[in-house]
Amino acid sequence: MTTLTERPTTIAADDPRLKDSSATRSYAVLGVLVAVLAVLPFLLDDQTETVAVRTLIFAIMAVGWNLMSGYGGMFSFGHAAFFGIGAYTDAYLLVQHGVSPWIAMVVGALISAAAGTLIAFLCLRYKLAGPYFALATFAFAQVFLLAVQNIDALNRTEGFNVPILSEDSWTMMQWKAGSPLYFWIPLGILALGLLGTIWFVHSRTGQYAQAVRDDETAAASLGINVMRVRLVTVAASCALTSVAGSFYTQYYFFVGPEQGFGSAVSVNAIVPAVIGGIGTIWGPLVGALIVGPLSEWIADVLREPPGFLSFLEGLSGLDVAVYAALLILIVLFMPKGIYGTLRDRFRS
Amino acid sequence: MTDPTSTATAPAPEAPPDRGTQRRTSEVAVPLGVMAAVVVALVLVYAVGQRATDLVTQSIVTGLLLGGVYALVSVGLTLIFGVLGIVNFAQGAMLTMAMFLVYEMTTSGGLPVYVATLLAVPIMFLFGVVVQAALLNKLTLAGSHEGPLLVTLGLSLLIINVLLMIFGGRPLRVPGSVDGSVEVFGAVASYERLIAFGGALLVAVALLLLLRRTSFGMSIRAVSANAEGASLVGVDVRRIYALTFGIGAACVAVAGGLMAPFLSLTPTVGEQFTILAFVIVVLGGLGSVTGALLGGLVIGLVQTVGALYFPGTGSLILVFAVFVLVLFFRPQGILGAPQ
Repeated sequence: MTTLTERPTTIAADDPRLKDSSATRSYAVLGVLVAVLAVLPFLLDDQTETVAVRTLIFAIMAVGWNLMSGYGGMFSFGHAAFFGIGAYTDAYLLVQHGVSPWIAMVVGALISAAAGTLIAFLCLRYKLAGPYFALATFAFAQVFLLAVQNIDALNRTEGFNVPILSEDSWTMMQWKAGSPLYFWIPLGILALGLLGTIWFVHSRTGQYAQAVRDDETAAASLGINVMRVRLVTVAASCALTSVAGSFYTQYYFFVGPEQGFGSAVSVNAIVPAVIGGIGTIWGPLVGALIVGPLSEWIADVLREPPGFLSFLEGLSGLDVAVYAALLILIVLFMPKGIYGTLRDRFRS
Repeated sequence: MTDPTSTATAPAPEAPPDRGTQRRTSEVAVPLGVMAAVVVALVLVYAVGQRATDLVTQSIVTGLLLGGVYALVSVGLTLIFGVLGIVNFAQGAMLTMAMFLVYEMTTSGGLPVYVATLLAVPIMFLFGVVVQAALLNKLTLAGSHEGPLLVTLGLSLLIINVLLMIFGGRPLRVPGSVDGSVEVFGAVASYERLIAFGGALLVAVALLLLLRRTSFGMSIRAVSANAEGASLVGVDVRRIYALTFGIGAACVAVAGGLMAPFLSLTPTVGEQFTILAFVIVVLGGLGSVTGALLGGLVIGLVQTVGALYFPGTGSLILVFAVFVLVLFFRPQGILGAPQ
């Protein structure tokens, strides 16, 4: 994935005349997008809103994953570790100590960033690259999963149930089911994540990170502190993924080891980003908008299949099979993802 | 591919001469050192481990047999990872697929388990060849790391969920295998697991003979060492890639058939083996069949003997700790050459 996402800035853009206009354009697109999405809760019924919220959670994870793996070039196979840390920090602090989820979210993000930085530091320090890096991150996520299953303070395999309050509460991030706030909060997080991504991509550190991804040796010889740039990218990526986890706990009122740290969670972070386009700003969002509703739509079709598909009635597994097939096809025929491929076509 | 050595029609070349005594000593010294360390650790467990002696013996026997099963899954993976550089996340799913093939042949076809296993081998071999030729060759030749990883991840999800659609999620059992068990040093070992262990050894020996004694094996090793160089001297790299992946899949077919009798089959039964197989492959050294065998036994022992102290899934943490340490401090594994 060696494409630069935006027009490369060749000169340090301190001079206002040399200001990069693509950043401004991205911010504008983001503003319009968020405004359009924000009215969705008024148009959707409760059932569809659940799908929309899940899609937003996927999108936040994918945007987070994309920072490290797309822009940083460090292919993480273990983002479940950070999603899980976020989810469990929220659950633990809320259930055991009554801490507000808003604070727990920040604490979780900090812990995730620290854990991610440590893991990445060790992997980079020992020069793990390519498949070895992916395997190491996967192994760390598994260690977290196993550890949580064996720690009494974290309820082992039981997980945590978030106590349900009788009234709405801003401090405890709880409203009655179907409240539009359950949509607006992840939308806000996603907007902040995308805002951060746009800013990061155009920032000096972000440009360095992409330079390091494309050619580590060349970047180092130009005086870039490779390790520092990479760790900053990892920390941002892990923190964002962690916030998605914290919100997950709040929305579903439950988190267990598999929901937090299971390898399926890592896959959920990877698949939307790959389908949409790795290393692009909008790719993860586009991917999530496809993958999120897809399984729901397939489940609908299976409930009452049209005549020629009647043999599929009541089968489980088809939804994942379809997006697995989609993943394979995208990697083979559209390695830049749906958004990345379309963008290149329109540009040329 | 039931008899791998038959693929070579040309006279088998001798094993390549050793590069020097230094290489030869490290080739012997490191695995011997590992074995010595394992034996010392086990002696310590007996002497000061504060666990009942027959309990320790039982867990060692169980661990070795389990390790044999792990090795069986890993020898195929070590070839795929070592020669093609592909992190094959579908290895566990292919294992499951082989088990369900065997299940289908024993229940619908009425065949004995071990006959069904022999029939599953060519089917899985073909499956592997097709997967590599159709899906992976382009990405492998382009030198992409993430591409094959993502494709095999997708393939894994696809296989698991297609199996789920066909067979459902309820656990199934393969009927009519060899019942009974035998006592070894006061510990119980079932025949089924002993047969699987023997199968692992046989497969490893067959693979070693194939790699070391046939011209086909030499082509595989040549491609593994330097694909470009191999293609310059007339090796069809694409063909070797496809056949290697096929052999990797065939190994999994043997593993699936031999393991099916003592596992309850669900579409996700093989998943746990994927990551363990990677641990073993990295531990043993990429592309090293002997390493995979040795690594399998070590990991099996770590898991069962570790379970004496960390019950439940706790002992798996030890396994991953070993993995991470090996990745950091000896990434070439027990039997790999230093990079």
